[in-house]
Amino acid sequence: MPAAESAFRREFPVKGGDFAKAGAAACAIKELLKDLGIDSATVRRAAIVAYESEMNVIMYAYEARMDLAVTPGEVHITVDDRGPGIADIELAMTEGYSTATAEMRELGFGAGMGLPNIKRNADIFAIDSAVGRGTRLDIIIRTNGHVTT
Amino acid sequence: MIVLKDVLALLDGELLTPTTDPEAAFRTVFASDLMSDVLTSAEPGSLLLTGLANAHVVCTCSVADLTGVVFVQGKRPAPEVVNEARTRNLPLIATKMTMFEACARIAGLVQDGGHARR
Repeated sequence: MPAAESAFRREFPVKGGDFAKAGAAACAIKELLKDLGIDSATVRRAAIVAYESEMNVIMYAYEARMDLAVTPGEVHITVDDRGPGIADIELAMTEGYSTATAEMRELGFGAGMGLPNIKRNADIFAIDSAVGRGTRLDIIIRTNGHVTT
Repeated sequence: MIVLKDVLALLDGELLTPTTDPEAAFRTVFASDLMSDVLTSAEPGSLLLTGLANAHVVCTCSVADLTGVVFVQGKRPAPEVVNEARTRNLPLIATKMTMFEACARIAGLVQDGGHARR
């Protein structure tokens, strides 16, 4: 799902295991979208998608690049991680299924709702994963308002 | 709407962010220790009741547009978490009440149409 050439773009690196910086990319994306004049409901959906994705990378992968592209009609977020990958995507998309550790659950995450919640907040959602290599998420959220800059 | 000063009175709460407007109001209430549940089910403008007291609570509220937090059962976030909440203008309240007691009292407040019983 390539974003339009004219899109506003930003990249955010995310490091696996870095719980101290969890949410940094999602909060930055939220502020950028607000500054761009995107409507608040779309900003919230995009921020939730970004935060759930960021937490998945921090909990399960080694590193990732989160890309944000914004056009007047849509917010496009891609998350490309280097990590163990997902053997059974259908199972991973099942609400409540989780391989989280006790430590992750103590932090308030790992309830098996991350990927389903990303899909729920997306208008278009695609996931591709290779065991031993990593996972790529491709999310498009259509905006209700328009970009002002 | 549920008003912050009424929540403080009902829960015998301590406001950890003293610069917060006591008239700040919340549309509804959500209670959970799981931030995954907050991201999935809480409505924007909600007051969150939780027994979790780490930085992820503040970040989750910011991402999902929740507008206040009550830490139950004597849980207190670290000073850096409180500072982060201040910068985000997110009111934080601490109460010694259990989650059940705090929820029951706020449910009574909601049933009274937002008027605190003292």
